Amino acid sequence: MWVLKQLLTRPLSAVGFLLLFAFVVVAVIAPWIAPAQYANNPYRIPRDGYWAEPKPPSAEHILGTSEGQYDIFYGVVWGTRTAFRVGIIVTLSACLIGMTIGSIAAYYGGIVDEILMRIVDIFYTLPFLVAAMVLTVVLGRSLGNSMIALTSFTWMGYARVLRSEILRIKELDYSQAARSIGAGNFRILLRHIIPNALYPVFVMVSMNIGSMVIAVSTLSFLGLGAEVGYADWGQMISLARNWMLGGGGDATKYWFTVVCPGLPIILFVLAWNLVGDALRDVLDPRMRGSR
Amino acid sequence: MIAYIIRRLLFLPLVVTGVSMLIFSLLMMMSPFSRLAVYITDPSALKQGPQELDEMVEALGLNDPAWIQYGRWMKEILHGNFGWSESARQPVLRAIRTLLPASAELSLYAAFPVIFLGIWLGKISAVHQNTLVDHVSRVTAIIGWSFPTFVFGILSLLVFYSILGWFPPGRLSLAASRIVQSDAFARYTGMHTVDALLNGNFYVFFDALRHLAAPVITLAYVSWAMILRLMRSSMLETLRQDYVVTARSKGLSERIVINKHAKRNALLPVTTVAGLMVAGLLNGVVVVETVFNFRGLGAFAASAAVQLDMPSILGFSLFNGVLLVVTNLVVDIMYAFFDPRVRLE
Repeated sequence: MWVLKQLLTRPLSAVGFLLLFAFVVVAVIAPWIAPAQYANNPYRIPRDGYWAEPKPPSAEHILGTSEGQYDIFYGVVWGTRTAFRVGIIVTLSACLIGMTIGSIAAYYGGIVDEILMRIVDIFYTLPFLVAAMVLTVVLGRSLGNSMIALTSFTWMGYARVLRSEILRIKELDYSQAARSIGAGNFRILLRHIIPNALYPVFVMVSMNIGSMVIAVSTLSFLGLGAEVGYADWGQMISLARNWMLGGGGDATKYWFTVVCPGLPIILFVLAWNLVGDALRDVLDPRMRGSR
Repeated sequence: MIAYIIRRLLFLPLVVTGVSMLIFSLLMMMSPFSRLAVYITDPSALKQGPQELDEMVEALGLNDPAWIQYGRWMKEILHGNFGWSESARQPVLRAIRTLLPASAELSLYAAFPVIFLGIWLGKISAVHQNTLVDHVSRVTAIIGWSFPTFVFGILSLLVFYSILGWFPPGRLSLAASRIVQSDAFARYTGMHTVDALLNGNFYVFFDALRHLAAPVITLAYVSWAMILRLMRSSMLETLRQDYVVTARSKGLSERIVINKHAKRNALLPVTTVAGLMVAGLLNGVVVVETVFNFRGLGAFAASAAVQLDMPSILGFSLFNGVLLVVTNLVVDIMYAFFDPRVRLE
């Protein structure tokens, strides 16, 4: 709770929280402000015809329509839900995988640790975006598969961080004290070490949620993530590819096709980055010790 | 020190082999028929009957156990044959060699503002902590970090090309590329700005710079945030150290205290990250080159990945692996060189 109070009193992190809160509100009230046209799949953006040229904002379409007449407002609103889903699921899955591997490596040590850390090194050496692209195409282009691909190549950071935290805490006095009163390895790990090792992991999770949303939107932009017409911010910018430089002598004619889906991405990631940044400052070991 | 370097160099083939195995196994998840499409030069060959397709699969050895196919491929690699790139329509090694200078040029031009601007602003932010300069640079940095590269790239194209007409996409204009491809133009490095200067051709030089400006700004803006934050926190920590207090109490000017004593020590962790970042620019380059239609290694990797061009993907991953491992080694050596405490371990 002290952490929360610290987070809310710093100006930048308060802004981050406010932005996040706004996004949560939009995601929750999505069915009311942008009623779904396809009852069984609310993430399909409704189309107002099949005309290729995007139409500017109007009374009927508040943020205009993109190529193929997909309603941008609907896409942005439901895209908020997609962003939360993608960001949280990918990050938490990668976190769980990484933490499991990191704990095993730190707990057993020796040859197990060496092998696992070499595997981590190998994964680190892979070109992240290209590898994610390859796996997405191999599995089949869809949002779900791109999430699997991203999870597969982002777990390493958690493994390394948790492993080094566990190794550090293992040597501290309270771990030694627990051992001296007869606590078993597993109990020490679960009750003493991991709860205290989690602080850097929290920071990583909040920073990574933003990065994962960027990565998924990049894959969607390249045509590898969500299918055409799915409410995903990156996918909507992909629809703007043919129109982003304007037309008929007016460079900013189709500004809404890029800015309207692009701005939410930036603000969403900014919110998570601000919160993560503040968390890092608050959970700095020097401050932890003074509590 | 030498032993340390040798030990690290010995790890290089192990890590690279591991990387190649991983990517190879990813691609082996596809059926032989899907992988067949990658080796066919004539699309009509795929429309043949199932028997002809089977024969082609057998002829190319695509049904053999994975480890045999891997061994076959590794043997070719060690003989310098990286295979044929369907997406680039040339041997993989030649494609990498031809396209590398473009990406190297882009990355190097971006690395300068990233590193120097990041270090300089990080130092200033730390020295003037919690003042307007500090807040403005931190906020600008964090906003930069929140931008997806492709969104920033598109906005740059919109502003600098569509509206202002200053920085067009691509590597060179048509006129300049004709000059570069002519016999009169000697190609030394493959980097157009460098070659133009060496040829004394300022038209090509400025044309290449014009085309580099927007991609470099995009690549740099999204990355310098990290260097700035790191330099700032490292500098803040260094300024708290006892020897800085001693230097001040000796009566040294603030400028000498900061630049001579604090900054050098604050730079240590930044060296590590800067080195890794230069190699990491190779990832950022994938999106930037695609958005700006800049024909380099990144765009090659992106199109190879989308088309599942196996030899190209493997070749690029190997190259990336070697580059990263070597960069890691160089950075660690530099770190040991600058920080005597690491050397003594």
